[in-house]
Amino acid sequence: MEHTKYLVVGSSHAALEAVTAIRMHDADGSLTLLTRDAHLPYSPTVLPYVVSGRSAADDVFLRDETFFATNRVEFKRGSALKALHAARNAAELADGSEIAYEKLLLATGAAPAIPPIPGIDQVSYHVLRTLDDATKLHAAIKQSKQAVVLGAGLVGMHAAENLVKAGANVTIVEMAKQLTDGYFDPVAAQMIEKAFTDHGARILTGSRVVKLAPSAAFGTPGTTLTLENGTTLEADLLLVATGVKPNMDYLDDGGSGVEHDRGILVSDTMQTSVANVWAAGDCAQAKGFFTEAKVMNAILPDATEQGRIAGMAMAGDPGLKYYPGGVPLNTYHFFGRHAISVGSSKLPEGGEVLTRFDEASGRYLKAIFKDGRLLGIFGVNEFFDGGVMCQLILRRVDLSAVKERFMANPLAVGRELMSQLWR
Amino acid sequence: MGRGYNTIAFDAAKCDGCGDCMTACATAKTGTEDKTRSRIQIVGSGDDGFELALCRQCGDPKCVTVCPAAALTKNAESGVIEWDAAKCVDCLLCTIGCAYAGIALDSGTGHVAKCDTCDGAPACVPACPHDALTYITTSRIYNEVGGWEDLFTPGLAGCQGCNTELLMRHTLRRVGPDTVLATPPGCVPGMGSVGFNGTTGTKVPVFHPLLTNTAAMLAGIKRQYKRVGREVNALAIAGDGGASDVGFQSLSGAAERNEQILFMVVDNEGYMNTGMQRSSCTPYGAWTSTTPIGRGSGGMPAQGKTQDAKNLPLIMVNHRCEYVATASTAYMEDFYDKLGKAIEASKRGFAYLHVYSPCTTGWRFPTDQNMEVARKAVETNFVTLWEYTPNEGLRLTRPVDDPMPVTEYLKAMGRFRHLSPDQISHIQGKVVENLAFVKQMIHRSSV
Ligand SMILES: Cc1cc2nc3c(=O)[nH]c(=O)nc-3n(C[C@H](O)[C@H](O)[C@H](O)COP(=O)(O)OP(=O)(O)OC[C@H]3O[C@@H](n4cnc5c(N)ncnc54)[C@H](O)[C@@H]3O)c2cc1C
Ligand code: SF4
Repeated sequence: MEHTKYLVVGSSHAALEAVTAIRMHDADGSLTLLTRDAHLPYSPTVLPYVVSGRSAADDVFLRDETFFATNRVEFKRGSALKALHAARNAAELADGSEIAYEKLLLATGAAPAIPPIPGIDQVSYHVLRTLDDATKLHAAIKQSKQAVVLGAGLVGMHAAENLVKAGANVTIVEMAKQLTDGYFDPVAAQMIEKAFTDHGARILTGSRVVKLAPSAAFGTPGTTLTLENGTTLEADLLLVATGVKPNMDYLDDGGSGVEHDRGILVSDTMQTSVANVWAAGDCAQAKGFFTEAKVMNAILPDATEQGRIAGMAMAGDPGLKYYPGGVPLNTYHFFGRHAISVGSSKLPEGGEVLTRFDEASGRYLKAIFKDGRLLGIFGVNEFFDGGVMCQLILRRVDLSAVKERFMANPLAVGRELMSQLWR
Repeated sequence: MGRGYNTIAFDAAKCDGCGDCMTACATAKTGTEDKTRSRIQIVGSGDDGFELALCRQCGDPKCVTVCPAAALTKNAESGVIEWDAAKCVDCLLCTIGCAYAGIALDSGTGHVAKCDTCDGAPACVPACPHDALTYITTSRIYNEVGGWEDLFTPGLAGCQGCNTELLMRHTLRRVGPDTVLATPPGCVPGMGSVGFNGTTGTKVPVFHPLLTNTAAMLAGIKRQYKRVGREVNALAIAGDGGASDVGFQSLSGAAERNEQILFMVVDNEGYMNTGMQRSSCTPYGAWTSTTPIGRGSGGMPAQGKTQDAKNLPLIMVNHRCEYVATASTAYMEDFYDKLGKAIEASKRGFAYLHVYSPCTTGWRFPTDQNMEVARKAVETNFVTLWEYTPNEGLRLTRPVDDPMPVTEYLKAMGRFRHLSPDQISHIQGKVVENLAFVKQMIHRSSV
């Protein structure tokens, strides 16, 4: 049986950061990076730009073979973890072979969650999570005249914008009352919605699809969607973007004993409930910064942070610091505008929310405070340093004395406060 | 071997917030004078003056790790984090990754922008009218020297935070393997130059003369090599005690005979290796184990050394040596420049290099403060950096036009903690007098 000191499963942000962290401390220990994807490492976040054609599919890779060679990493692609036999430190691959590990990182991320709508198995639809998904969607977009996007999260909205720009009639169907629910508040969502409708998209929030059926309306295999209220929609292209679920089937297949809930449960050093096994990124469920309860914080910056901590813990790096807890962080570009959200959008008891909105320029700012501490800040067309804001939140910096100035100019005042902490 | 990189350094104490650097950057990078588009941002830091929001070209850059498009990379050669416009997808995730506001949205282009150090000639630095910005290029030395053979043993038994190991390794690397080394009793052999268990601590021949005869023995060895027709560098690394006190007679003799040797003094202002006794280079007021602080006797309280230090390098100038210079490890470029000249001069005659070397243990300061103490010695004019050759006379290599008060230096360590206001004004007076003396020498020696 093949044996490796470190086995890292996945080849995206969490996995790559772990590899870097391991190599910082242990230059020689054998290290295998295993991924089911056939390509060099890339980020799912770049895929909307592959779909639009802005990024070339062969120019988005985060590492090349030279990187793996110089860092002495055995990179195995097209090879999936099928079952984890944690009791005997062995990983079983899809082809039946096994790898024995001393330390294992599960950084298998997430995959699109497919809603159980009756008829969904009868129709053809797109999803967007892998590079192959993106190349397929890129080709399909050019042909599409009438597209429907299910789900108005950031993945769906990105794709919808691409479809609009490619000239299709686009309808976005979303169950929640507003677009980008969970990322942006109703005011910001309204601005996003207006930008889309101004560009000819149709938005159906608060709508549920109850049935899908094949349609012959377009010559190509299309879909007829039936909504709860009885209306029907015809689509020559259907994109399902209703959320994600972690990749962790291999835990049960091998009877691994690794505890999991909505994701793989991990400690403040990304260790799972089982010895020698760590997890990080979209597949992990770790402490939140604002709640002690373990949360899913499936965003890129957190995947890198968790990956780094896991890698340091696995290599025994004494510089390891505990995970402070996940902070939501998002940026979103739509039709030439940008939106940034950092921190919690929930107003806690005794909290205070301050807003500033200039309709003419479309600039919107909202910040949530509690006891003078910043909990969250959100802006549309109002640039501030997300990284600085995140530090103000993590370090619980007292802003009571400067709140008004901060709201007037979060960029300058954020830097001013942060600069005192840089020294 | 890791690489050192050039860097833009900021001295907050000198900045008055005029913003000229921002105008220069905006002009260079955007063709406008719009300061908000400058990649260097001076930020008011409350009552504490000013700070800098600028890309720090981090060693483990967060912006690079969160970029989904591989648009940011750290250039391993220059150390600069480079942004590739063709790959960037304007997602702004990098701005969320950076805690220093080092990469931000440029409102003029709609893309992110960051400092690229203008390919090694940053426009902001010369634009600062107060010298608050400097472009530090010392890394060049470390990268170059790092590639040369290290002629000392890997492990040295120095005190934590001592800069003498740096001096020993750099000097021997620079002098090279064709060298005979003399290290009289002091910290340098204490750290291991003379070796253990019958092996030497260096990869060049090294010997351990007496304190009194270092220069004489080394001169003899050099002559013998010359006689048999072999060109070698004859190098002494001695302490200030061994050079200015009992070793002075042989040192002065060798200088007077213009022997072809390089005599380097590591001046830590006392016999630190043997328990921190005073030497003739110990400054006025300093505590040592033989100039203690306490009740004293005969009604005279003990308040540290009661005499001023001997200025050994200036005495060496009076030997009209081929080359005499003072140096500091806080100014490695200056030190390297002088080391090169001293090696060259030692092929013609006597070369003398006097390096000021703060002693963590004996001077009583935290182990991470060595360079800071060395820098403050220069910036208060407590010591001056200069060089002398018979042809060109004496010249200051790092004149300090606007010196800090000497208290900034004194306060940085424990050996001066007891000073009375009178003692402090005595020291401040000496600083002024010493500088005036050096300046007179400059005037007199310029023919
Ligand atoms: C279209 C889109 C847009 C996004 N936009 C943003 C954004 O703007 N901002 C943001 O913060 N986040 C965004 N995200 C989310 C972000 O991409 C993820 O949070 C991040 O990629 C998580 O990294 P990860 O390493 O945990 O997992 P993933 O990136 O999901 O990678 C998982 C890896 O594991 C491999 N793998 C999975 N199962 C197995 C197995 N059984 N065996 C072997 N290998 C396996 C996969 O091949 C892949 O290499 C976006 C995601 C998508 C899909
Ligand atoms: S804005 Fe450009 S450089 Fe910054 S993270 Fe996004 S793609 Fe990378």
